[in-house]
Amino acid sequence: MNDADGALVLRARGLRKEYGRDTGLVRAVDGVDLDVAPGETLAVMGPSGCGKSTLLHLLGGLDRPTAGDIWLAGHCVDRLTERELARMRRDAVGFVFQAFHLMDELTAVENVELPALLAGRSPRVARRLALSLLERIGLADRATFLPAALSGGQRQRVAIARALANQPVVVLADEPTGNLDSSATREVLRLFESLRAAGQTLIVVTHDSRIAATADRMISMRDGAFIDETRLTGGTRGSLADLAGLGG
Amino acid sequence: MLGKEPSHGYQLRARLQQALGPAGDAMNAGQIYVTLSRLEKAGLVTSERAAGLPDRPDRKVYALTAAGQQRVAAWIAEVCWPGPGLAEFHLKLVAAAAARLSDPLAIIDAQRRDLLRRLRHAQRAAMAEPDRSDAALLLEGIVLRLQADLRWLEACERNWAGRKEIS
Repeated sequence: MNDADGALVLRARGLRKEYGRDTGLVRAVDGVDLDVAPGETLAVMGPSGCGKSTLLHLLGGLDRPTAGDIWLAGHCVDRLTERELARMRRDAVGFVFQAFHLMDELTAVENVELPALLAGRSPRVARRLALSLLERIGLADRATFLPAALSGGQRQRVAIARALANQPVVVLADEPTGNLDSSATREVLRLFESLRAAGQTLIVVTHDSRIAATADRMISMRDGAFIDETRLTGGTRGSLADLAGLGG
Repeated sequence: MLGKEPSHGYQLRARLQQALGPAGDAMNAGQIYVTLSRLEKAGLVTSERAAGLPDRPDRKVYALTAAGQQRVAAWIAEVCWPGPGLAEFHLKLVAAAAARLSDPLAIIDAQRRDLLRRLRHAQRAAMAEPDRSDAALLLEGIVLRLQADLRWLEACERNWAGRKEIS
């Protein structure tokens, strides 16, 4: 990676992931190049089975590619040992999943502080951090609730707060609204919008157009490859009046 | 529909009926000939009478002129919302594929780009309004409609991508 690319949060070149072999060979990710700048929000959309979740797992170091290179926060991920990779995932990446993956026996604040504790912060510092994150997502008053006592939207917001616990360089979200009804989706939309406004680098893979529309940039994926890319910022043709049927 | 090949009016009608299904039931043969003669006056279509047959519209073979080809290509490339009904967008895909003018999937991608930009715009405006306000409710309506259209695009994408694999 040369100096000009040093500013990128994430860079992938020729990324491939294959499963099976011979006639059963599946190219889940098939030759993906990607550059993500700091503060950028990116949505990857595509039908189920298009490889977008596999891609997210590769980018976050949850899985190793068959071929290709990934640089995350300036480090070449392929050269890391398993132990280094685990540390990288913990410190540099925040994951958000469709099924929340909260610890059922821990309260909201305990869930949020867990990554900070694992990263070696003192319990006091971790707790203070977790409380301020819960404040930020508007759930300070639910800090001592168990996940079972929270609504779906609240659980996902707690999961997002947990993803932010170690101030990750990038948050990777896999269908974050996939299990939510429309009002819970709105809660998550608002939160993503505020993360975007705060300059958090964010990659979301989804087939929910609403969450995709919070991003600055959208990539369409089909059969493991990027087939279309567009900026969603600016250039909106047609005013809201036209959209509402008030246009002349 | 003429983009595919020069055709008789009844062939055009059959193609439209196949593309539209029951939604196209209200369309009658007269409409097609009226439209064809208008297009002919506008220089977008030419017609040729088959030798030895009476000069009746249903005996003629119609074809696109160069200007007509251009007009069809421009129509297919045009992206707008909510202007065209579902049928118009649908016919663009069918026509683009039949005439091999452009890839239906590329048309779908262009439409999706446009709808997502609109969705982003409307959604941000909706989030800026207080919950439960009248203004937010109207904006929510716009968002839901755009979302429905985007879902239909997904269905179009699945369908046309599937046909591509078969062919």
